Amino acid sequence: MSEMTYRDALNLAMKEEMRRDASVFVLGEDVALYEGSFKVTRGLLAEFGEERVKDTPISENAIIGVSVGAAMGGLRPVAELMTVNFALLAMDQIINHMAKIRSMFGGQTFLPMTIRMPGGGGSQLGAQHSQSLETYFMHCPGMYVLYPATPGDAKGLLKSAIRNNNPVIFLEHELLYNSKGEVPEDPEHLVPIGMADVKRPGEHVTIVAYARMTVLALQAAEELAGEGISCEVVDLRSLAPLDEDTILTSIRKTGRAVVVEECWRTCGLGAEITSRIYEHCFDILKAPVIRVSGLDVPMPYSRKIEKVCIPQPETIRQAVMDVMSGVY
Amino acid sequence: MEARLRNIVPDQELLTFYEQMFISREFEERCAEQYTKGQITGFLHLYSGQEAVAVGATAGLHGDDYILSAYREHAQAIVRGAEPRRVMAELFGKATGICKGKGGSMHLFIPGLNFMGGYAIVGGQFPISVGLAFAARYRGEDRIAACFFGDGAVNQGTFHESLNWAQLWQLPVLFVCENNFYGIGTEVHRSSALASIHKRTCGYDIPSEKVDGMDVIAVYRAVKYAAEKVRETGHPYFIEATTYRFRGHSMADPATYRSAAEHEMWKARDPLPSYAKRLIEEGIATREALEVIEARCRATVDDAVKFAEESPWPEDSAVWEDIYV
Repeated sequence: MSEMTYRDALNLAMKEEMRRDASVFVLGEDVALYEGSFKVTRGLLAEFGEERVKDTPISENAIIGVSVGAAMGGLRPVAELMTVNFALLAMDQIINHMAKIRSMFGGQTFLPMTIRMPGGGGSQLGAQHSQSLETYFMHCPGMYVLYPATPGDAKGLLKSAIRNNNPVIFLEHELLYNSKGEVPEDPEHLVPIGMADVKRPGEHVTIVAYARMTVLALQAAEELAGEGISCEVVDLRSLAPLDEDTILTSIRKTGRAVVVEECWRTCGLGAEITSRIYEHCFDILKAPVIRVSGLDVPMPYSRKIEKVCIPQPETIRQAVMDVMSGVY
Repeated sequence: MEARLRNIVPDQELLTFYEQMFISREFEERCAEQYTKGQITGFLHLYSGQEAVAVGATAGLHGDDYILSAYREHAQAIVRGAEPRRVMAELFGKATGICKGKGGSMHLFIPGLNFMGGYAIVGGQFPISVGLAFAARYRGEDRIAACFFGDGAVNQGTFHESLNWAQLWQLPVLFVCENNFYGIGTEVHRSSALASIHKRTCGYDIPSEKVDGMDVIAVYRAVKYAAEKVRETGHPYFIEATTYRFRGHSMADPATYRSAAEHEMWKARDPLPSYAKRLIEEGIATREALEVIEARCRATVDDAVKFAEESPWPEDSAVWEDIYV
C-alpha cells in the first residue's frame, strides 16, 4: 500500500492500463498538452505519445461518437469529458448510440470504452458547472456507472472499467481529487464492478452513500459514534449495476436506513434505493427510510447558500438522529 | 461523347451493377407490399430511386472498408453482401433476422462485411465513422470509413464536429451525401443556407465534388477515385450524389409536398431503365439476358419473404440477452 491522492490514483490507473494494453488510448479536451483541466492526465502525453493521448476539439458529442467508433474498431478508448455537465451535449451519443449499439445490433459488437467525467458541486462554480447527474446515467440500461469515494477504489474501479468490455460511465468528484488514501501497489489489484463496500461496520443505522457523500457519511458516523450511535456506512461505488444484496444485508442487520445523495431529490437515486429497501425489507424496518438529498434547485453561486443545497455531515447526522428517535 | 461502359468496367461487373440495382428495387417494393399486409411494422424507409448511389459507391470501395449509413439502408446492406432473406427476416422482427429481430429496418449491422450499422438518429453515424477511421489508422489497417447520410443530416452538429475532426486528425473518411433534396417534407433550400451541399466542406478544407446520383457509373467512378485519394493521402474526402426517392420519406408519408411534374422529371431519370438501355445499346447485354437477371432477383426476394414468414419469433427471454457482454 502507498498513500496517494484520488487524482494520482486515477492517473496511475490509466498509466498502468496503457502500459498493459496498447489498444488503450486517452482522448478529450485539453487532456494531452495541458494535461487535463483537473490534471488527472498528467504525464500521459510524455510517456505514451501523440497517437495515444489525444487532444480533441470542444465537440463533446463527437468525443463520445469517435470513442464509440474507435471501440467498435477494436480499441479501448478512455474519453474524458471535462465535466459531467458537458455530458449533456453528448447525451445523443451516450444514450442513443453507446448504450444501444450492442443490443440493437443483436449482440454482434461490443464497446469496451470508458468515459471519465468530473462532477459534483461545492466549488462555487454556479448552476451550469455544479451538477450531480449520476441518476441520468443510472436510468439508462446498456452501460455501467461507477463513482468512487476513495483513492483506492478510484484506481481499482478505473482499471476494471478500462478492462471491461461494456461502456462505462466513470464519475469523479471534483472535491475528492486532493483527498488522500491507501492505494494497493499491485497493478493487478482491481475493484470489481457491481460491488458495494461496507466502509464502516455498525449496528443501529445503515447509511447508504456514494462518492463524496460517503466521505461525509463517514465523518457523520464518527461523530455519532461519540454519542453512542453506531452507523454502518455502505459505499455504493457502483451505481449501475447496483449491489442490492450488500444494501439489503446491511439493513436487515440494522433495521434502519438513511440514504444520502448529492443529486436532486426528485427521481434521484435515493428514491430508487429507498423503494428497493421498502420492497424487500418493509417488515423488518424499525423506522421509515430517510433521504438526505441535494435540494431541487439550480445551484446558486454564493458559498453561503450553495452549502444549503448540498448534503453536509451535519444534515446526515441529523437524519440519523431522526431515524433513531422516531421524529421526522 | 461519353466513354463506353466496357472501357470503364468489365462486362461482368456491369451486369452485377444491374443485378444489384434491380434486387434493391425489387426488395424495397416487396417491403412496401409486406408493410401494407402488416408483416413489416414500425418505420419503413424505402430506397427506390436511389439505387445507383449504393451500387456505384459500394463498388468503388474495398471490401475491408467500413460502411456506415442512416435508416434507409436495406439496399446498402444487400449490395454489400447481406443475405436478403436475413434482412427481410429482420424487418419482419424474426429471430433469424440479421440482428435477431432487435434492430429492425433502421438498424442493420453486419460486422463480417464491415457494414457497421444503420443509425436512426440523424447524423449519429458521423462521429462513429471518424472513430472507426481512427481505429483503422491506429491499428495500421489499410481501410477507410465510408459514411453515408442524407441532405437533412448536414445541419446537425455532428456533421460539423466530424468534418472538422476528420480533417484535423487527418483521418481516412469518405463522406457520401445522398442528396435526395428532401429531409422528410422540407426541401434542401428551406433548411440549408447553402443548398449546394458539397460546397459546405470548404470551411474544413476538405475536397469535395458533386456527382449525378442517378448514374451508377458516374457514382462508381467518383467514389473509386475519392476512395483511392482517401487511402493514398489518409485525408477525408466528400461526395455529394444528387438523387431522388420515388416514395415518401417513410411508408407513413404520401409525399404530397412534391409536385407531380417534379416527380415525373425524376422518374424519367430512373437509374434502372436508363442503365439497362445503355447496356443493350452498347452490346453488353440483350434484353433477354437482363430478363434472366431480373427473374433471378425476383426469385431471391420471393425466397426472402418466404423465409421471413416461416421464421420463428424471438423468445421472450431474448429481451435480456445481448445488452451487456
